[in-house]
Amino acid sequence: MSWQKKLAQVIVIIIFVGLLIGTALPSRKKIFQNRDEAKQKELSLEKYGFYLQPDNKGVGIDFKHSSPDLDSKLKNIAPQIASMGASVSIVDFDNDGWSDIYFTDSKTGSMNALYRNMHDGKFENVANEVGLANLNKKGTGASMGAVWADYDNDGYKDLLLYKWGQPELYHNIGGKKFENVTTGSGLPAWVNSNSAIWFDFNNDGLVDLFIGGYFSEKYDLQNLTTTKIMPESFRYANNGGRNYLLENMGSGKFKDVTEQYGLTSTKWTLAAAASDFNGDGYPDLFVANDYNVNELYINKKGENFTEAGSQTGIGNIPKSGMSVSFGDIDNSGLLGVYNTTITENGILIQDNNYWQPQGDAGDSPYPKFVNLGQLAGINNAGWSYGSQFGDLNNDGYMDLYVANGFISAKENTSYWYDYSKVTGGNSSIIEDAKNWPDMKGKSQSGYEQNKIWLNQGNREFEDVSNEVCPLVTYDSRAVAMADLWNTGALDVIVANQNNIPLIYKNDQPDSNHWIEFDLQGTVSNADAIGSKVVLEWDGKKQVQVVTAGLGFASQNEHRLHFGLGKSNKVDNVTIHWPSGKNTVVKNPEIDKLNIIKEK
Amino acid sequence: MPWITKSTKGYFQYVPPAFITLLLLIGQLSFGVLDSYLYVVVSIVAAVLTEIILSRIYFGKWKSLSSAYISGISVGILIRSVSIWPYIITSVLSIMSKYILKYNGRHLWNPSNFGVSWMLFMAPLDVAGLSIQWGSNFLGLAVIWALGLAIVYRAKRFHVTIAYVISFIILAYVRSLIVGDTFLAEVSPLTGPMYQLFIFFMITDPGTSVSTRKGRIIVVIIVALVEFVLRLNSFIYAPFYALFLVGPVAKYIDLKRSAKKAAVADYNSKPTYSLQT
Repeated sequence: MSWQKKLAQVIVIIIFVGLLIGTALPSRKKIFQNRDEAKQKELSLEKYGFYLQPDNKGVGIDFKHSSPDLDSKLKNIAPQIASMGASVSIVDFDNDGWSDIYFTDSKTGSMNALYRNMHDGKFENVANEVGLANLNKKGTGASMGAVWADYDNDGYKDLLLYKWGQPELYHNIGGKKFENVTTGSGLPAWVNSNSAIWFDFNNDGLVDLFIGGYFSEKYDLQNLTTTKIMPESFRYANNGGRNYLLENMGSGKFKDVTEQYGLTSTKWTLAAAASDFNGDGYPDLFVANDYNVNELYINKKGENFTEAGSQTGIGNIPKSGMSVSFGDIDNSGLLGVYNTTITENGILIQDNNYWQPQGDAGDSPYPKFVNLGQLAGINNAGWSYGSQFGDLNNDGYMDLYVANGFISAKENTSYWYDYSKVTGGNSSIIEDAKNWPDMKGKSQSGYEQNKIWLNQGNREFEDVSNEVCPLVTYDSRAVAMADLWNTGALDVIVANQNNIPLIYKNDQPDSNHWIEFDLQGTVSNADAIGSKVVLEWDGKKQVQVVTAGLGFASQNEHRLHFGLGKSNKVDNVTIHWPSGKNTVVKNPEIDKLNIIKEK
Repeated sequence: MPWITKSTKGYFQYVPPAFITLLLLIGQLSFGVLDSYLYVVVSIVAAVLTEIILSRIYFGKWKSLSSAYISGISVGILIRSVSIWPYIITSVLSIMSKYILKYNGRHLWNPSNFGVSWMLFMAPLDVAGLSIQWGSNFLGLAVIWALGLAIVYRAKRFHVTIAYVISFIILAYVRSLIVGDTFLAEVSPLTGPMYQLFIFFMITDPGTSVSTRKGRIIVVIIVALVEFVLRLNSFIYAPFYALFLVGPVAKYIDLKRSAKKAAVADYNSKPTYSLQT
């Protein structure tokens, strides 16, 4: 053998050994670090300019979520199925200018909670006195989430409660009482729903409803006659619940126009959110589905919807779509969609996506999206549920909070192996819950930490989860952001399954500037849902939209919050109302809430 | 051209690559099994290029690329990653193992079994397996099984596949008794795509299986037994790890025993067919 050949073979061996070691090393890094809390806060304030301090007791919130009851036939995998129901929505139900908080509970007989903001840093649960507490009565199903909007344009936000049961509509009477107006409203009799949003799909000034089905509506999960209720596949399941598009006909009446508008999919919907992605003035609908691809319904001028997930690029790879949130991460004036999924190291790598629309769609009638999740470094979170963008340090760039963790039961146990036995198998095996191995108290993607990603201003994010708040590993579900104490800082509220929520007070002593907008429609729907606000300052341009339901089982405060960094001036703000009107305000006042009425 | 190098294997050398391509197409057209065609293409290209380079370095000649093609396609189907590099590296490692990890001139590990097992075990932050990502209906399943069985029969490896499947089913029943889960739950993985690749391609690989029929049956039963133990210890990728552990030991013993009887076989002249992955 020639020496050249020998040398080549030695090099090959060195490369081989190098590759073996090189591939193994990245997976050996330590994921968790814990620190002294006081020092951590000091460091966080110094380095990042803010600290999220959980303070349930201090603010008077003693709510604790309890999981829904299920038929005993599902006993073997009850924790797996009863793993949702913790939700949070922010609403100023009494129009006092301070955000209030609504939490859903899910166990039969448990009480939902409406925490009124007392303006002194504390909250008081008034759910019972206004008639929104005892909503998990036997036979009515289990609460899964709540969304608020003024469906009758009377100036007060009303409540849609969605359940694994009959959705319920509550009319807000002057911010003092709520009346159940479900009967005769046209709402469906039973939906096993984990998502709903208010949006005005036809821009007629009356907000309409989208309710997503998860389990098929054929089943009452507390009274089953069959165990064949599970998804038929882990990537291609179409045996979930049907969705509902309900047109607001006025006078508290809703009409089921689902079929007429082409929203007939029966995938396992977990979240939805609406915004106008193609610039035609009508809100399009992004639907996140578990066990299948996501869907993007392009609104054809309020007359019907066309599903264009594949054409737009967001619906080609089936994943576990868990939530939808919106954020303009690079101040490009383009609203991107963050869609959470599931990642468990070594077992399932789906990665969360950030879909950014491309400015020019060419000849296509549909917008094109590219996934920047990995490039931005916001892809790998864990078993994710809710997520929200918001400028946590008011530096002018939107940061990201992601809720993680599926089932935290016995420590150092994992149901993943048992799970994989049925999930890789034939549909006839998967879809029957009785074939699923008994969980026996095992965890599955449990004890995960929520992610907090700080926007670096260059399309990249830094993972500061270990730095800006104490380590907590609840099974988090819903996330909402709101300026709870009118301080100009976004606080974070997290609903945790079978546990207490977390009220993170945003401690932010720094002098970054901010501006907030509260929009009121006149021709458009009263809550101005669907309005797009474009803020221009210091050479930057950030867009946000008014939504009524965003993330997973959550709703942010109605007002929009923008951080401005050190800039002490906003050039102008442009508001695109659903009615088609535009409002431009030059140099709006900063460091305050601007209330803008549609003219 | 490497694709048309002179071979005594006849047309049958193209059947396994054709079958695995068909399996991929059925999977993709029925269920969209691939996250992206790009990943499979990259895996195949990486495997083929590595084979071309190493065959020149080690043997100074072109080799048929059908086994590299099968290795590449297996990697593209069996691993999951959001990055492209794991597909490239897994393919490269698979082919390299064939040239480097040898005894008496014969490689010990099934190439893609080596690459896939290594990455699944050692790089869990970057790589996952196919285990829960292929929905299945009975028609697609029946077609794949019928074709697979026909081909292993033609390749005279029917006994290997059947011995393994029977062992798996019996041991699945025993596991169901031990862990208390239903028999269907325990046997369920066999209906998934990971096992279809495993039983039709990996365990039947002539290049790394032992020389006698009886020996091959014993080896796959041992593979099934090791997998049984690994499964009781909750290893999701138990079949790959079992073959990774048992296959080379069996091959080593087999080579050692037959060393006195025959000179080390020439890499390309034996076997007369190839299902090698």
